[in-house]
Amino acid sequence: MAFEGLAERLQGSMKKIKGKGKVTEQDVKDMMREVRLALLEADVNFKVVKQFIKDVKERAVGQEVMDSLTPGQQVIKVVNEELTELMGGEQSRLNTAQKPPTVVMMVGLQGAGKTTTTGKLALHLRKKHNRKPLMAAADIYRPAAIKQLETLGKQLDMPVFSMGDQVSPVEIAEKAVAEAKEEHHDYVLIDTAGRLHVDDDLMGELDQIKAAVKPDEVLLVVDSMTGQDAVNVAESFNERLGITGIVMTKLDGDTRGGAAISVKAVTGKPIKFAGMGEKSDALEPFHPERMASRILGMGDMLSLIEKAQTNVDEEKAKELERKMRSNDLTFDDFLDQLAQVKDMGPIDELLQMMPGAGKMKGMKNLQVDDKQIAHIEAIVKSMTKEERDNPAVLNGSRKRRIAKGSGRNIQEVNRLIKQFDEMKKMMKQMTGMSKGKKKGGFKMPFM
Amino acid sequence: MSFFKKLKDKLSNQTDQVTDKFRDGLSKTRESFVGAMNELMMDYRTVDEEFFEELEDILIASDVGVNTVMELVDELREEALRQNIKKSVDLQPLISEKLSELLVRDEQETKLNMQEDSLTVILFVGVNGVGKTTTIGKMAQKFKNEGRRVMLAAGDTFRAGAIEQLEVWGERAGVEVVKQQAGSDPAAVMYDAIQSAKSRKADVLLCDTAGRLQNKVNLMKELEKVKRVLTREIPEAPHEVLLVLDATTGQNAMTQAKMFGEATDVSGIVLTKLDGTAKGGIVLAIRNELDIPVKFVGLGEKVEDLHEFDPDQYVHGLFADVIEREEQESS
Repeated sequence: MAFEGLAERLQGSMKKIKGKGKVTEQDVKDMMREVRLALLEADVNFKVVKQFIKDVKERAVGQEVMDSLTPGQQVIKVVNEELTELMGGEQSRLNTAQKPPTVVMMVGLQGAGKTTTTGKLALHLRKKHNRKPLMAAADIYRPAAIKQLETLGKQLDMPVFSMGDQVSPVEIAEKAVAEAKEEHHDYVLIDTAGRLHVDDDLMGELDQIKAAVKPDEVLLVVDSMTGQDAVNVAESFNERLGITGIVMTKLDGDTRGGAAISVKAVTGKPIKFAGMGEKSDALEPFHPERMASRILGMGDMLSLIEKAQTNVDEEKAKELERKMRSNDLTFDDFLDQLAQVKDMGPIDELLQMMPGAGKMKGMKNLQVDDKQIAHIEAIVKSMTKEERDNPAVLNGSRKRRIAKGSGRNIQEVNRLIKQFDEMKKMMKQMTGMSKGKKKGGFKMPFM
Repeated sequence: MSFFKKLKDKLSNQTDQVTDKFRDGLSKTRESFVGAMNELMMDYRTVDEEFFEELEDILIASDVGVNTVMELVDELREEALRQNIKKSVDLQPLISEKLSELLVRDEQETKLNMQEDSLTVILFVGVNGVGKTTTIGKMAQKFKNEGRRVMLAAGDTFRAGAIEQLEVWGERAGVEVVKQQAGSDPAAVMYDAIQSAKSRKADVLLCDTAGRLQNKVNLMKELEKVKRVLTREIPEAPHEVLLVLDATTGQNAMTQAKMFGEATDVSGIVLTKLDGTAKGGIVLAIRNELDIPVKFVGLGEKVEDLHEFDPDQYVHGLFADVIEREEQESS
């Protein structure tokens, strides 16, 4: 990875302090420089960073850091808390109209992911809130944009309102709302064309749509990979349209996503949702505290745990937790887990949320697709009960037999055994982390 | 002769039209950058540590990239010490020069590798939403206008409406699109496309692919396979692998270039949406930190706004004001 997390960055300055009896103001200054660079590398806008560093310094230079026994922990804690605060309180929900339908306008730059997000949001409303949304295709400019929404509608079995690309977007929006009233849809999601925030004509068109349909929500869709310009984009859209919320997209990538802080800081509007994958159900509520640790490079444990909670059945989860703690995972559990994990979504997405996962050796090989899962199942099922419970007994001849029995080659068997060991290690780390969390402290590997 | 005077002379044999295009397309970047620089000179009259920190911020604000900025500012610190520069105004020309040098110092091949008497295959790769399909549409038109026989391969079989989008561009340019159904194997589409391109004796085949985030290992493997299929049919193909980057992207652009580079051996970069951003600085970071040349830049919405990248023109576009001022002063 091109970026180091704050944790790695601070390691250097931490080492310097370790040998000393006292932390000087210069030490704090050094650490703050690392914090500044880490945030800038995460694409947080430089003005936002400046203010942030000032705030943190004020808090940190006070006794909190000086008196602390582990100054490094304190700094990270302060930084993390301030960052979480900056990103706003807890997650928000969509505004609703007093009288249905609730009108939601999706706006943003080209390629931010408005159409995809429109589809995801519609599905979210239906699945999680039992609503009946209507999607309206008001992007008449980009070739086949209407077709894209229609195709999404078909895939999701969701109604789409469209009038072709020869009608003004204002009229499409108006008619869509009228249709929603008629057909008793409780939400209308208007997908508008992507436009540059500096394009006066097209921004004017959004004004008109807004005036015509009086939306309850104007959601600005922002690509989480956006760089320093994110502030200008958010500022322009907000000043012009008065946005009510933000959706960050493509957060399943490996960007640190500092743009999230920037847009929140300049608009003061809540980030309501996060796009977490290519599939239509990959839209999640936005959690500021998780984003903070991601920007700082501390992984996203909480999301992972919640994901596991919603998808893994309770009893099995408890059993698994016990096993994770006692560290006596067997191949049977492994198989069991694979089956459950399969229900949680693509494994690489899960791994991404694990702190330090990208850094761990052998982790890369753990990125398996569904077909590979079938192979793994075959291999494990070719093991005897003894072998599953106690992988240590696996010798060359046993491995050859397993390979033959499963129709895979011996390298694959070896790889799986290695992966299993890695997984065990990972589990150990995970339980360590969540235990540390319970005590209310941050547990970083280097502290 | 000053650096910019030399540059001006170098450009004098190019058409004004090209110069204007870069000048206009980069106006946002120039205005914000020059504005910030002027402010810096006013706020900090002497060259000191605070001045340099502020300069760092300005450059970072243009997405030049933290590493490149740190290197550059360190060089400037040394230079200021060596030449005993005390007043900030005296450092200004040096800053412009250092930045320009970054862009023009090593000669990189910015021209496309076109086969004049056989099929040229160009593969387009990149993350979601950067403008791959749009770029292909524009390029198809451009090649068509040059009198080449162009074909398009609809390799994005994943995103809803992607095939139709390419078809619209195909119709506009009047070129044929080879496609299969949505959801089919992109490698199979490529195989088909290269076969028909060969049999119809096309000059250029532009291959679209689905956008994918570079950390999705399986999707990157799929891309490798797509490329392998092309190479199997024509050993030298693809003659170009163009990574399409959105100019508004921040530091992640570097990771994108690295990962796509590893998977598909990217031979050039197309930087889109440069007109909308005040952050053209990413070009500097790419030049400085990567070994991949920028070959095309998107300076507007129109077909002719997709332009071959010319570092000299780019520098001129960025520092047009400085250059004009120098001219006035010398005349």
